Amino acid sequence: MKFAVVQFGGSNCDRDVQYVLADVCGVDCDLVWYKDGLKQDYDAIVIPGGFSYGDYLRAGAIAARTLVMDAIRRHADAGRLVLGICNGAQIGAESGMVPGTFTTNATPKFICRPVCLRVETADSPFTRLYKKGEVVRIPIAHKEGRYVAAPETLTSLNEEDRVAFRFCDEAGNVTPAANPNGAAENITGIIGGKARNILCMMPHPERASEEVLGSADGKKIFLSMIRTIEEQD
Amino acid sequence: MKYTAKITIALKDGMLNPEARAIQHALANLGFTTESLSTARVFFVTLEAASAGAAQAEAEKMCERLLANPVIHRYEVEVAA
Repeated sequence: MKFAVVQFGGSNCDRDVQYVLADVCGVDCDLVWYKDGLKQDYDAIVIPGGFSYGDYLRAGAIAARTLVMDAIRRHADAGRLVLGICNGAQIGAESGMVPGTFTTNATPKFICRPVCLRVETADSPFTRLYKKGEVVRIPIAHKEGRYVAAPETLTSLNEEDRVAFRFCDEAGNVTPAANPNGAAENITGIIGGKARNILCMMPHPERASEEVLGSADGKKIFLSMIRTIEEQD
Repeated sequence: MKYTAKITIALKDGMLNPEARAIQHALANLGFTTESLSTARVFFVTLEAASAGAAQAEAEKMCERLLANPVIHRYEVEVAA
């Protein structure tokens, strides 16, 4: 089993993700510089957080149009796993791997704090170890994380059970007060791909994968991916 | 022939524009009364093209491929020789 974390100029959560995968979860994980491309098949690719291309134009817009993203799309088209975290989620949305987009927070401030998320589906390779409706604590750190999508997109996301996470309060209520960035329907994690094999999410599970950091709730995303790959082998 | 395309990218009508809201609020703090305020981003692109129409088409392709995000943006292109 092999994971890859793709690094763009301006990625800054790449090593955190690699640390969690390799040292905390115990799987092989390469750091891949985007210009080097994917030189082998990977079971899963993580596009990490950061500020690729300085967020010029729009967050994720320029990285989404690099050659390595064509390779990542082919990887995803083959049914293999892609996880986009924060800037990685923005890149994933900009490249059309999930519908909609992430744009400037309703209050145009950078928000960096732990938030509560309600797990909306356990039916994905990323959320299978959670229970539907479970409340998890994972931090966010973004200024352009407000999810926006056309009404018909939101309808199909709901109908196809492709919302992975919504912002909620500690009791699991999805309310405007629990929505830090003004995201449509509090959505902050979207499942894409024919095999539900893409997850784009603004919160940072790699920052919540050890109890010493205040929460290990995010680790189940990586463990879910690992379990899925183990079953495929 | 050389043409200059002025490309304006703005949020579609009805899209929340937090930046505009903050600017409007700052203007209010300075004593200005404004009915509405919106923002847009302008790109000036100089390019070689066979005709103004071809330059226009090329600039629109740039919008479709990179400069605008169709989920939230609309764009306008003005071409001058």
